Amino acid sequence: MAKAVGEVIIDIEKCKGCELCIEACPEDTLALANAINKKGYRYAEVVANNCTGCANCAIICPDACITVYRLIMKKIA
Amino acid sequence: MGEIRLMKGNEALAEAMIRAGCDAYFGYPITPQSEVIEYLSREAPKKSKMVVLQAESELGAINMIYGAAGCGKRVMTTSSSPGISLMQEGLSYIASAQLPCLVANINRGGPGLGTIQPSQSDYMQAVKGGGHGDYHLIVLAPYSVQEMVDFVKIGFELAEKYRNPVMILADGAIGQMMEKVELFDFIERNQEAPEWATVGRRPGKDRVFITSLFIQPEKMEEVNKILQAKYREVEKKEVRYQQLNIEDAEYLLTGYGLGARICMKAMEIGREKGYKIGLIRPITLYPFPYNVYNELAPKIKGILDVEMNAGQMLEDVKLAVDGKTTVKFYGRMGGMIPTPEEIIESFENHFIYGGKNV
Amino acid sequence: MSEIPTIEINKETIIKPENLVYKPPKTLFDTPMHYCPGCGHSTVHKIFMEVVEEMGIENDIIGVAPVGCSVFAYYYMNVDMQEAAHGRACAVATGIKRVLPDKFVFTYQGDGDFAAIGTAESIHAANRGENFLVIFINNAVYGMTSGQMAPTTLYDMVSTTTPYGRDPKIHGHPFKITDLIAQLPGAVYVTRQSVHTTANVRKAKKALRKALEIQKLNLGFQLVEIVSNCPSNWRMTPLESLKFIEEQMLPFYPLGDLKVPEGI
Ligand SMILES: Cc1ncc(C[n+]2csc(CCOP(=O)(O)OP(=O)(O)O)c2C)c(N)n1
Ligand code: SF4
Ligand code: SF4
Repeated sequence: MAKAVGEVIIDIEKCKGCELCIEACPEDTLALANAINKKGYRYAEVVANNCTGCANCAIICPDACITVYRLIMKKIA
Repeated sequence: MGEIRLMKGNEALAEAMIRAGCDAYFGYPITPQSEVIEYLSREAPKKSKMVVLQAESELGAINMIYGAAGCGKRVMTTSSSPGISLMQEGLSYIASAQLPCLVANINRGGPGLGTIQPSQSDYMQAVKGGGHGDYHLIVLAPYSVQEMVDFVKIGFELAEKYRNPVMILADGAIGQMMEKVELFDFIERNQEAPEWATVGRRPGKDRVFITSLFIQPEKMEEVNKILQAKYREVEKKEVRYQQLNIEDAEYLLTGYGLGARICMKAMEIGREKGYKIGLIRPITLYPFPYNVYNELAPKIKGILDVEMNAGQMLEDVKLAVDGKTTVKFYGRMGGMIPTPEEIIESFENHFIYGGKNV
Repeated sequence: MSEIPTIEINKETIIKPENLVYKPPKTLFDTPMHYCPGCGHSTVHKIFMEVVEEMGIENDIIGVAPVGCSVFAYYYMNVDMQEAAHGRACAVATGIKRVLPDKFVFTYQGDGDFAAIGTAESIHAANRGENFLVIFINNAVYGMTSGQMAPTTLYDMVSTTTPYGRDPKIHGHPFKITDLIAQLPGAVYVTRQSVHTTANVRKAKKALRKALEIQKLNLGFQLVEIVSNCPSNWRMTPLESLKFIEEQMLPFYPLGDLKVPEGI
């Protein structure tokens, strides 16, 4: 059995707070921050430590703000 | 000596295009210049690799010219008045984006659908901009089939030197008449694209984009200043004209293209009658030879400007003489061609009989 | 018995080049795009530039930008580009492709640009079988000029020039230009895609790649319509606009291939 763990890096200055990534994330990893970026948008941020690195958020993000890493761990039985 | 042939103006223009190494022609048929695309469709494949494409309209043609010129290619289109009107949008964009290209307008009578007979009624459109914005075409006005040939070569050179659209402004008669011409030899051109051309990113270099959109007014003004500086340089260096019998002239006939050619005959008739008539023929309509008129004006009793329109170049002639002499006008419109006799009659009425019979 | 080494999983162990699964393409300039939040224009720019990067053709492609919201496409796409007059992109692309037949050529156009003012240029380029790609963004509205009716505006849809909804008796019918072009022998690959879900983004990207592969084979005109959104002029949040695509746009503009060359 394999388990995937992921990390996303969000370029918050490019983020426009459209929430498409939040909707696309199957794990509810992301949410809008309460803070705003230089452009005045509430930006997306990671709020839970459960990212699997599926990259759905990055694929849907119109503004190419998200970079995704994924580590697949093989359990040794 | 180049090859000598008896040719129709439009076909000579087309042959010159092939010989000048034109890479692409995009056009749409319209009388009186459809021979150009017909000749090219027939002859270009035998003699060159020129792309010859009949577009869906003059709008299509001029924008194909934009695209191909943007790739650094030597490109040309031809049309006649109604078609040239459709090209004005594209010419404005081409001038703004500073792309070289050559356009020939084989002027026919207007306004509207007009007539297919020769006319010079597109002077203003050609020299004063035509489309929107502050820009100029460089305008060459041939008066013979020979100049139809020569101006293709000169036109491409000017277009490329200044990165500006150049227009050959002829008329249906020059396009249709047959004359003996000397053709220049086929030109071998350097095929390397200039650095501003979009040919695909060049490794190690920034990509290139071509645009006429400068949304900040400061930037747009800067672009306008660059264009204006270019036009000033063109005005300084590229004025072409012909003058005849100036030495002893008391009067001048003036006109361009076919109008000038008829004036030459009228001048002969006038001289036989004892009038000391000289002639100025602007060859570049933009840049206009203002100084030539201005310097002669104080010595001249009067100028008769002859055009196949309602008096368009007349405004430039008046600007040129700046009140230093009298300028009168004789014109025929709607596709009618003045005769030398009519011109001399008008000349006499204005300058000999003091305008009494005008 | 040997010990199983325990590895601590933390940010540092995950964020490593070998674990990278998605990063924005280098062919997209690293500057913020001017599009409104959630606008499909940005998504399509991004995935098209991914395709160009993945195919390694960034030095062999020339694009034509339209007049419309994507008028500045050349500030985002790091490839050689020309800006065309409104509607004339297909004529400009014809000029480019005819003199540089070995380069990839594409236009990127909105519905007003491609299907209203530029209809003649679009249809004749398709009919001549010009071997370039049109990326056609159908957002059912004129975005740049702030929300007037487009040829693609749906029946009853409100825009600033159809304030009581599009009435075919007054405004004519929504124009399925893609279906029309699919009838032309010169058009060889015609497909309608969308970017409103992750799955659709993936499919749209595949379609764009397929189009360029067809271009390489010199088969003819390629048209990829993308049913997209304009949250600003639809007066919706980005998420609402995606729902509108699903519920209102797609029933009228169904997704899928309309024409694919044989054997591809
Ligand atoms: C000749 C001309 N007419 C009108 C305009 C104004 N104009 C600019 S963009 C546009 C419509 C763009 O709509 P669309 O092509 O659907 O693109 P979108 O902005 O929705 O992406 C119009 C009418 C123009 N620039 N040029
Ligand atoms: S999809 Fe992109 S722009 Fe939109 S909220 Fe998420 S990170 Fe920000
Ligand atoms: S106006 Fe509409 S089409 Fe234009 S950027 Fe905004 S959301 Fe996109």
